[in-house]
Amino acid sequence: MWATLSLESRFESIEIAERALADLFVEVGLGGDEEYWILTAVREAIANAIRHGHYGRPEESVRVDYHIEAGRVSITVVDQGEGFDPAVIPDPRDAENLLKPCGRGIFYMRRFMDEVLFRHGAGGGTMVCMSRKLTQRPIKE
Amino acid sequence: MKQQIRDAGDVRIISLSGKITIGAGDVMLRELINESLESGHTKLLLDLGSITTIDSSGIGEMVASYTSAKNRGAELKLVNLSKKINDILQVTQLITVFDVFDNEAEAIESFG
Repeated sequence: MWATLSLESRFESIEIAERALADLFVEVGLGGDEEYWILTAVREAIANAIRHGHYGRPEESVRVDYHIEAGRVSITVVDQGEGFDPAVIPDPRDAENLLKPCGRGIFYMRRFMDEVLFRHGAGGGTMVCMSRKLTQRPIKE
Repeated sequence: MKQQIRDAGDVRIISLSGKITIGAGDVMLRELINESLESGHTKLLLDLGSITTIDSSGIGEMVASYTSAKNRGAELKLVNLSKKINDILQVTQLITVFDVFDNEAEAIESFG
């Protein structure tokens, strides 16, 4: 089961992406807490693309791919921004960062997905590839 | 996100419902806290019992609100956290920052 979205770079698009993945989960018979945390990670990836990748330029687009296969959900989010070095992202739990109002998005992704990789997109930008093994067995894939 | 504001004595209770997420609820939360601080309230209680989703921007706004309140000599406390919001505060270790209460009466009493 899969879906591909091309979204305008606006925060409202996050709701569309969330709805699309939630619908996919309904179709394959998944839900509950697992769905909630996966949707949380997706929201963060797309929010980062819009805010940090495109700096709020709505004319840019965010591509989102969902795949549910072999008991695993895989998600790819691609922006057209300049990219960044994930190695320099500080841990928001460190004492000096705890009261900072930002810097928790990537932490959320890493926390709620099994694997999160950051790559350069084919046409530039950042490609975030995330996956998580599903504890519930989908009724169809 | 929707909000309901009421006062119990000198404690301002801000009850929120829906989503505190980027571009919508996060901005509203900031405005609500700033308005309360501007109007002289120093005891703020955020009731999160009907919040369904809070993303990292929403959490960031809560942290910023906590800091704004503290810098003005005010206090911001939380009540009625769902299990998911509690989990988020645990994993981000912000549970060590906020005063969190299970019920409103206990929270109001804590302000003294």
